[in-house]
Amino acid sequence: MATVHTVTPPIRRSGSLSRRRRLGRVWGHVIIIVFGVALLYPLLWMLASSFKPNADIFSEPGLWPKNWTLENYARGWTQLGIPFSTFFLNSFVVAFFSVIGNLFSCSLAAYAFARLRFRLRGLLFAIMISTIMLPFQVVLVPQYILFHTINWTNTYLPLLVPKFLAVDSFFVFLMVQFIRSLPRELDDAATVDGCGPAGVFWWVILPLLRPSLAVTAVFTFIWTWNDFLGPLVYLTDQTKYTVPVALNAFMDSTGATEWGAMFAMSVLSLIPLFIVFLLAQRQLISGIATTGIK
Amino acid sequence: MAAVDQHGAAVGAHRRHASRRFAYVPWMFLLPWMIGLVGITLGPMIASLYLSFTDYSLLGDPHWIGVQNYVELFTDDPRFLAAAQVTLTYVIIGVPLQLALALGIAVILNRGLAAMSFYRSAYYLPSLLGSSVAVALLWRQIFGSDGLVNVVLRLLGWANPPNWIATPDHALGTLIALHVWTFGSPMIIFLAGLRQVPKDLYEAADVDGANAWTKFWRITIPMITPVIFFNSILQMISAFQAFTQAYVVSGGQGGPVNSTLFYSLYLYRQAFLNFHMGYAAAMAWVLFVVIALFTWLAFSTSGRWVYYEGGQ
Repeated sequence: MATVHTVTPPIRRSGSLSRRRRLGRVWGHVIIIVFGVALLYPLLWMLASSFKPNADIFSEPGLWPKNWTLENYARGWTQLGIPFSTFFLNSFVVAFFSVIGNLFSCSLAAYAFARLRFRLRGLLFAIMISTIMLPFQVVLVPQYILFHTINWTNTYLPLLVPKFLAVDSFFVFLMVQFIRSLPRELDDAATVDGCGPAGVFWWVILPLLRPSLAVTAVFTFIWTWNDFLGPLVYLTDQTKYTVPVALNAFMDSTGATEWGAMFAMSVLSLIPLFIVFLLAQRQLISGIATTGIK
Repeated sequence: MAAVDQHGAAVGAHRRHASRRFAYVPWMFLLPWMIGLVGITLGPMIASLYLSFTDYSLLGDPHWIGVQNYVELFTDDPRFLAAAQVTLTYVIIGVPLQLALALGIAVILNRGLAAMSFYRSAYYLPSLLGSSVAVALLWRQIFGSDGLVNVVLRLLGWANPPNWIATPDHALGTLIALHVWTFGSPMIIFLAGLRQVPKDLYEAADVDGANAWTKFWRITIPMITPVIFFNSILQMISAFQAFTQAYVVSGGQGGPVNSTLFYSLYLYRQAFLNFHMGYAAAMAWVLFVVIALFTWLAFSTSGRWVYYEGGQ
């Protein structure tokens, strides 16, 4: 990478070098800002284009719409015959219960792995770790057959029930690592005070686990909000569609002619992610900082 | 809890005692996970292995055909070979490019620029949004014949730029570009790793008169090899499984001329459009073995190039 060798000028406190260093910093800012704008330009352009008439989208590379219009939003909202509010509601329901499910099931399993002794713990832990790497394709077909057989297709159950069964073992692992970094003396103190394992979990571990829980909640929300394959495979009834499958159906139904309206709905679909991104930064950074301190 | 006897037993012994008495307690905590493991993960895995030796279309019973699915994959299915090639190309080009960019930007950001956390967030945004259908749709417009890229290229004087999405030679390139665009999440992991590199190493190198380039190759890179390793494994595994972007950009077809027929997309089509469940299961197992092989290769060579400080 061409950018790499311009970096890290010598860190010294002598006068002549500190000027060079300051100059280097200015260049650092320039590179970072120019590159950042280029990087985010497509997103900004999509936002701008959602306020442009269709014809202008294909001729205006700029960000400021010459002919402002809100029509894209009005037309897009009802394009599929079912208003997009339905899809947003569906997506929120799926994302909400997925978050609850992962928080509940992953923390329980993580506590057992990190703190409790039981037979085959080593083996089960190894299995748990190896399922992190398991490609979803391997279980996709038989899972579908299973849910098809028990008549769960075209419901949200195939999307939600696995979340309550700690299938996303990545989060179990994340929490295990975090719990292991907590001093055992806290557990012991609570045990001496009369807490059983359930009490230790509820009163000691869970409150301290908050940073990991926040990370889990945020990523579960983002992943389920973006999930396309699951809803595509399991949901057949259009009224049950989540936002990503609805957007895809939008594309299929208009055949790349209604870019303005499609961009408008796309922008709306990204807003929840953007809000989570803004709100969760503090938790994410503090989560990283906490694990960094250990 | 009744098990607690307060007569000054050593806490360790106490814990052992309690755990014997409540041997079932850990299993209560593990119950949801165990059900998931058996019912949603291991069970289906075994079923998938069995199905891969059958002909099954959801109607009737699976019909045992031995290794015929596997034989057909490798000897009689040009689309499968195309899918394998497309996916390998995507992984082998996309992942190193993405990681190099992530590391390059992380190193620049790590110099203690003011507003670093703002930049970090801005750069992370594409990662966050990149796997969405919305961005895939955007990509489809941007790289279309009259899309944003070509409008800009025409302004720059290229009279007839190609329709990137519709040209077999370029379509995969647009998806690789999308993958590289989402370099933000490995970048954040690199940043965390860079912060752990002891400052005194650089100071010692300064005393010895080392320049930035030397320090980057002799200190930064060796010290963060565990992070490079971690990121490579993570990104490789996810790149092998890419689906959404290829599906949306090619309208679910994997075209033009199979040039974006990602492995997962072809598997999806076999399973849910053709209802060749057994065939799709065989494909899944081939993918699984390939990913396992790559991961094993990475781990088995890691001893030679990954440096763990203090053998952590």
